[in-house]
Amino acid sequence: MIGVISYLVFFATTASILAIAVLGLNLQWGNTGLFNGGVVAFFGAGAYGTLILGGTAQAGHLGGYGILYPLALLGGMVAAGLMAWLVGLLTLRLRHDYLAIATFGVAVAFENLMRNAEWLAGGAKGVRGFERPLREALGDGFLYNLIFFAAVLLILIGVYIFLERLVASPFGRLLRAIREDEEAAQSLGKNPARVRLTAFITGSVILGLAGGLYGTFYAFVSPQDVLPTLTFQIWAMLIVGGAGNNRGAIFGAFVIWGAWTASGWALSRFAPVDVQLYTGSVQFILIGSVIVGMLMWRPQGFLPERLVVSQRGKP
Amino acid sequence: MIQNLIDGVLTGSYLSLGAIGLTLVMHILRFANFSHAELLSLGAYCALVCDALVSAMAPFLAVKFAPLSLTGALMISILVSMVLTGVSALMIDRLVFKRVREKGAELSMVFASFGMALIIRNVIGLIFGLSPELYSRDIAFAMMLSADPLILIKPDQVFVLIAALTLMFILHLILSRTTFGFSLRAVAENPSLAQVNGVNLNRTIMAVWLIGGALAAVAGIFYGISHQLIPVMGRDLVLPIFAATIVGGIGSVYGAVLGGFIVGIAGNLALVILPSGYTPSVPFLLIIIVLMIRPHGLFGEARA
Amino acid sequence: MSEVILQANGVTAGYVPDLPILRDVSLDVRAAQITVIIGPNGAGKSTFIKTVAGLLPVAQGQITFQGDDITGIRTDQLGARGISYVPQTDNIFRSLTIRQNLDLALRHAGAQARARLGDLLDQFPALASKQRDKAGTLSGGQRQFLAIAMALATDPKLILMDEPSAGLSPKAAEEVLEHARALTQRGVSILLVEQNVKQALRLADHCYILAEGRNQIDGPAAELQNNGVVAEIYLGSRRTGAA
Repeated sequence: MIGVISYLVFFATTASILAIAVLGLNLQWGNTGLFNGGVVAFFGAGAYGTLILGGTAQAGHLGGYGILYPLALLGGMVAAGLMAWLVGLLTLRLRHDYLAIATFGVAVAFENLMRNAEWLAGGAKGVRGFERPLREALGDGFLYNLIFFAAVLLILIGVYIFLERLVASPFGRLLRAIREDEEAAQSLGKNPARVRLTAFITGSVILGLAGGLYGTFYAFVSPQDVLPTLTFQIWAMLIVGGAGNNRGAIFGAFVIWGAWTASGWALSRFAPVDVQLYTGSVQFILIGSVIVGMLMWRPQGFLPERLVVSQRGKP
Repeated sequence: MIQNLIDGVLTGSYLSLGAIGLTLVMHILRFANFSHAELLSLGAYCALVCDALVSAMAPFLAVKFAPLSLTGALMISILVSMVLTGVSALMIDRLVFKRVREKGAELSMVFASFGMALIIRNVIGLIFGLSPELYSRDIAFAMMLSADPLILIKPDQVFVLIAALTLMFILHLILSRTTFGFSLRAVAENPSLAQVNGVNLNRTIMAVWLIGGALAAVAGIFYGISHQLIPVMGRDLVLPIFAATIVGGIGSVYGAVLGGFIVGIAGNLALVILPSGYTPSVPFLLIIIVLMIRPHGLFGEARA
Repeated sequence: MSEVILQANGVTAGYVPDLPILRDVSLDVRAAQITVIIGPNGAGKSTFIKTVAGLLPVAQGQITFQGDDITGIRTDQLGARGISYVPQTDNIFRSLTIRQNLDLALRHAGAQARARLGDLLDQFPALASKQRDKAGTLSGGQRQFLAIAMALATDPKLILMDEPSAGLSPKAAEEVLEHARALTQRGVSILLVEQNVKQALRLADHCYILAEGRNQIDGPAAELQNNGVVAEIYLGSRRTGAA
């Protein structure tokens, strides 16, 4: 019994961390219409940033600063934000394909750098030697995981409330206005490129936060954690949940993560051994089909955006 | 150094072919098609199957054109693959992209293209297995152009370069001499004015997919001849061909050609100063450099 | 009076289905005449022309050309029907050369293409000397001439022109409109949208005034020139809008 509960806590923690990431993406794509093809890079920047800043001394690469955990987490978020700032500054004035390609490129380059630059983050071996916060007081057992889950849940709720307020604020209305009709927004004297940059950086910082929590949870991060797979998963979560709807984003995170875990388990359990080599391929086909299928038959997702339409004047 | 330059030109020849179709689709349908690189894989594997079939049915075609490792069967397969890949590109548009477009979710096209890329790439992996394939198992001997510095070149690579340049020249003639070419350029510049001038938009979009798919097939086969066929080759090629379109300017066919060679050469020259592990990052660095100094690329025009 | 070549009957149309810009607009264009639509900014003049050209969906009403129903015609079929359309801006392909623009427009002319090209280059000598230049390098007036030449390439019976004089110098505008006049001598009918009321009324045979998407008044241009109501409808609204 405790095994099942323990697994559920583990599952829910991962899903909640991913839900935070989906919320970050939702601000970019759902609310602002910015395509982020490199979700995993910002997530990874948060994870690597947090572990390098807050970890113990490492032989051969950066680390060992032993910075207080909340500050290390913040550092990871800043790293994600800085990367978003660079990419956004270069692409957000151009047509939307450029952002799509550049963010995709960031993810490729980020993974490539982490895999090769041993002096920076341990290369393929990744970053280890991270002391999880409050471990001395809580130990390594179930209790720790339960409390960690509670903390992640609180952060998820916090991010949710922050984004709901943001979307309802004049800034949120501006985001939607720019998404729907850039020229009209421009004519109101707003600078769309600047507003989009702000939204893009904010979303990326939230992605970085999710990454930082992910790194903390596993106390380890390696290039295997920043493969494009994660980007596709997070997209599928948002598209299934409903772009533009924060509750949908959270719902999608749990559904897709559940489906992913279940399909992986089912394939490893029931598929013949020689097919198991292809578990990854089958899962990718499934996730690709989910994305394409949703866009073809239910592009608004299961929980569509609730649009607050301002009263349209009678013609 | 000179060897790197030569290798870069050869890499550039297939990147350019891939980038031409991509830049046309991006310009006319206005979305970044992340599944374009999978058309390269599709074309390459299509030719592999066709080559095996033709060689089995007509063994006399399986004889090599010395000093090339290429056979008559493969030559036929290239043509067949161009047609089949072009038609596949058209079908994918009909079945998926067109429907997403018509749902009014134009921005979602880029998501759909990623989804399609995942599906195509992994279906190929399921069918052909994850281990590499080759068109010819024989070792192709390289010709030594110079002993000091050592410069080697394979006959097949010379063929690839000449064939790629020939195809590009044919495309150039079509675009600059035929009214069909003018209509493609017209749609790229201003779709609604093109319609006003009697151009059938749907038919043009079909033509773009056919041409893009056919060139992608050749690019994929040339990649297979130069290296090997792996199901994830699309994953490794997608960023370089996107970089080629951005360097050249999105929408410019000539830009895509030049961009392809620049990306190919830069990737190979980077080996002189960077460890080879960093090669996948080079296209991204090029993208960043171009966006910083000339955002619309070498031949691109600003367009919202 | 010559026969009616184009007839619009109670046309309601707009960019979005439930937000019509035109309401119940009716209009006749007679053969070999210039029919002009004037009206204040936002009256729906350009919307009307675009609707005839099939670029905007028709919610209600009917458009007939030479007796055939062409309501909601596919834009790329216009030329085959004998109708050409010259948009107000971006009406040539800047990245193509002048010759390529013309060849594109002549694409369906078949055996007559060569003869027609010669004829067009005779009509517009300014273009003849610049055939190999990119159309983007042309001056405003020359661009308008190229656009008109492209419209003529299909040997149309009717040309829809959306403010051909907009943004041109007075001299160039005069030339463009004179050319339109000359075309009617060759039997071509023209439906013209114009901002410059005086010029339009002087040039046209028949005139319709549109305001707020509806027909206001119409009549022979010569009569409307001295009509006080016209000045009131038009100039009254004109003070608020930009001319």
